Amino acid sequence: MQISLMVNGVSVETTVLPHVLLVDMLRDTCGLTGAKVGCGTGQCGTCVVQLGDRSVKGCQVLAVQADGAEVTTVEGVANGELTPLQQALWEEHGVQCGFCTPGMVMALTDLLEHEPAPDEQAIRAGIAGNMCRCTGYGGVLRAVRKVVGGKP
Amino acid sequence: MTAFGADLKDREVPGMLRGATAFTADISLPRMLHLAFVRSEHGHARIDSIDTAQAAAMPGVVTVVTQEDLAGALMPMPCIWIPGGVESHFPPHPYGVPGAGTVLADGVVRFIGEPVAAVVAETVEQADEAARAVVVGYTPLPAVTEPQAALADGAPQLHEAVPNNLNALWTCGNAEAADAAIAAAEVVVELDLYNQRTINNPMEPRAAIGDYDPITEEYTLYATTQSPHNHRFLLSALVLGIPFNKLRVIAPPIGGSFGTKGYLYPDMPLVLHLAHKLGRPVRWADTREGLMRSTVQGRDHRQHITLAGTRDGRITGLRCTSYANLGAYPSTIGPGVATALMGRSITGPYEIASAFCEVHAVFTNTVPLGAQRGSGRAEATMITERVIDLYAREIGADPADVRLRNMVPPDRFPYDNGLGWTYDSGDYPAALRRALELAGYHKAEVLRREARERGKLLGIGVGSFVAICGVGPSTRMQAEGMLGGTWESANIRVHPNGEVAVTIGSTSTGQSHTTTFAQIAADELGIDPAAIVVTQADTRKAPYGQGTYGSRSYSVGGPAVAIAARQVIAKMRTAAAHFMGVSEDLIEYADGTFTVQGKEDAAKSFQDMAMALWYGWSLPPGMEPTVDVTTFFDPPDFNYPFGSHVAVVEIDENTGQVEVVDYAAVHDVGPVGNPMVVTGQFEGSIVHGLGQALMEQARYDATGALLSADLTTYAMPRAHDLPPLELDRTVTPSPHNPLGVKGAGEIATVPVTAAVANAVCDALRELGVRHIDMPFTPEKIWRAINEAKG
Repeated sequence: MQISLMVNGVSVETTVLPHVLLVDMLRDTCGLTGAKVGCGTGQCGTCVVQLGDRSVKGCQVLAVQADGAEVTTVEGVANGELTPLQQALWEEHGVQCGFCTPGMVMALTDLLEHEPAPDEQAIRAGIAGNMCRCTGYGGVLRAVRKVVGGKP
Repeated sequence: MTAFGADLKDREVPGMLRGATAFTADISLPRMLHLAFVRSEHGHARIDSIDTAQAAAMPGVVTVVTQEDLAGALMPMPCIWIPGGVESHFPPHPYGVPGAGTVLADGVVRFIGEPVAAVVAETVEQADEAARAVVVGYTPLPAVTEPQAALADGAPQLHEAVPNNLNALWTCGNAEAADAAIAAAEVVVELDLYNQRTINNPMEPRAAIGDYDPITEEYTLYATTQSPHNHRFLLSALVLGIPFNKLRVIAPPIGGSFGTKGYLYPDMPLVLHLAHKLGRPVRWADTREGLMRSTVQGRDHRQHITLAGTRDGRITGLRCTSYANLGAYPSTIGPGVATALMGRSITGPYEIASAFCEVHAVFTNTVPLGAQRGSGRAEATMITERVIDLYAREIGADPADVRLRNMVPPDRFPYDNGLGWTYDSGDYPAALRRALELAGYHKAEVLRREARERGKLLGIGVGSFVAICGVGPSTRMQAEGMLGGTWESANIRVHPNGEVAVTIGSTSTGQSHTTTFAQIAADELGIDPAAIVVTQADTRKAPYGQGTYGSRSYSVGGPAVAIAARQVIAKMRTAAAHFMGVSEDLIEYADGTFTVQGKEDAAKSFQDMAMALWYGWSLPPGMEPTVDVTTFFDPPDFNYPFGSHVAVVEIDENTGQVEVVDYAAVHDVGPVGNPMVVTGQFEGSIVHGLGQALMEQARYDATGALLSADLTTYAMPRAHDLPPLELDRTVTPSPHNPLGVKGAGEIATVPVTAAVANAVCDALRELGVRHIDMPFTPEKIWRAINEAKG
């Protein structure tokens, strides 16, 4: 099927089979390998991207469902400089191996866009669909607290 | 200069935050093909036929291979850590080394997920579809998934070369003395415990890309490997049978490992072989379901322990028997992990006069066993810490007091634990006291009453540990059955302008090596860490190293960096003395400048000397130009980080839900180069341990089918599972390396299951519950409560 969409502000016109997942199209067709395929069953969150103004798991959305939409991946979230969230994740060591990081960044970007002052429960709920095996989430949570309240 | 000890931000992270870091599965080579495996659907079956005709004819398919096609080309995989000093039995390998099974199944499948055939196609999707079209005819065979059952008469036999499925019966310590202590004891406490099978599940599934250059005849492997040099050696010599010079191994950034990526897997030789055969690069990238069926799994010991002690709280003897479930094949180092790392660790931080441990390492129809964060030491700590709690209850003593009474006192080091480890240094009671203080242990009864008023059962549990790390002295590891050296290396090259390239033999999997190793070099060299670039993980560029496992990189490779840096300064000092016309012993070096005692105006900077040595003009007689130093560090002994954890849990009697409401952890890893990084390792380790304690279990049915084979059926901790953590450190340097550092990457996992189990059993004690095995799921706790209540 022929689809056209905007990916990180760039127009993409391509032909995809109807069962191709959004994350696979982004990785294989667009060459945007930031979003990862960690499980393929919607559990781990390493594939999170933004579809329109909300984050989605790229393995749970078909590429054809993004026809006509604006998609933002981790590669497109910052404009040269790191965003305050990314900066805080760096400063608070919220990243170790970095494999879950693109999904974390996208899920938290969505959270902070829609809920600029989340409490602890809301922060944790915001990444309830993102697994990290390295950090134990400590550094991630400190980073978000820092962005929201100025303190880790 | 104080780079060592500073919270420097990890320099690799900005790339990760932008999605720019290319992991193995993110790498595409021109004309690259894709490989998919046909995996066994049976735990144990004979392969009657493999029909590849339909698959081979599908669109985009380039080839379909089975073991028949590989028989002359690829040797079986090797196992390189055999239980030391005892008779052991392995599948065959033509070179007489212990074999670990053929690359693809050899007519029999022995675990679910075992690769039977491989399909190579133009796209991933075409490869996957064709793999589904390969028709394998099986005759199911009786399977056995439990080690004790596998040893029984009449049990299904997995390997012709392994009678009764017994890989090895390994022992350590003094059986007669332990038995005598038990026979003479005032108090004897026994416990059976199952330390369940777990799946490490790094977020990045494994991947491998094979490439072959027909002009140079060189193979290149890009792979998720934490031991690229070692895998180069094993693959070239023992699997592919090609010259060492013709294989290059590159480890791209690795998305977590926790022990799993130090092993050789069939995909590695296969993508290389097929890249050569097909004349195009071949990539294989695993899925989560594939990982869970084929990447090494962890733990899985069935243990029985007997503790002997006095009425007043002195432990006099310990005897442990463990049945380790090795899975269907010996993984690369699995048999050694399951025996020595577990067995020699059972006395923990305690002075116990008589101890003995035996491990039956047994093959079963399950995924091969490897390492899981804290492997061996966590299994030993769990059972010993549990039986100590039961002993304390038996004699009416406080479990923390019993621990303090029996810990090796700080003036007894080096301390021989009688099982093969000689502990290096530490103040074990101090770390426990601090953890008790952080957790408010003395207020336990108050907390218990308060929780009771809210309808909750509260329990407090302690887990104390010492964890052997920093593998290790090569000759000692030879005695442990390791086929290979266990040193590490560093190269320091000083550029003409005084910037520095540090290249290390080890390879990180998320431990910030390129930052933390720069911190070591910066202080030793007296320069800014920003002027230092650290490179790793490419066998063409890096000096030899053995890899990152057992918390060894920083405590074996780190000292190699320090020693190399000291040699750099020594050479510059000699040259500086020559240029300033003074005797070398008058030269002082601090903060990047060589000065002469008593001569304020004479000075040469690090940069001056770098340039002078680069030019090579008028050097001291015999001195070679430039500064380029490679060192190898083989430590005189292991190092032994230690600590204590205290868990406070609340249990909802109505639902069986366990909540960790407070968690205190005190560790001693010697001096810490980057506290922020180390804290991150501790936090991650603790949550990993909580996963095993509370929710994780790889479950097999009787046929060897894996019932928890994806992330919907295998639970892992999420953000809401992180409890309030209170961390502290004590600092006792190790005498076994010039930095005094000890392993830190995995040690905080070691006591977690024990602390939580002791807390859960403490909470349920008033109901008469003595012991429950992990994981402490609501269902299991609810059943225990209701059975106890009748």
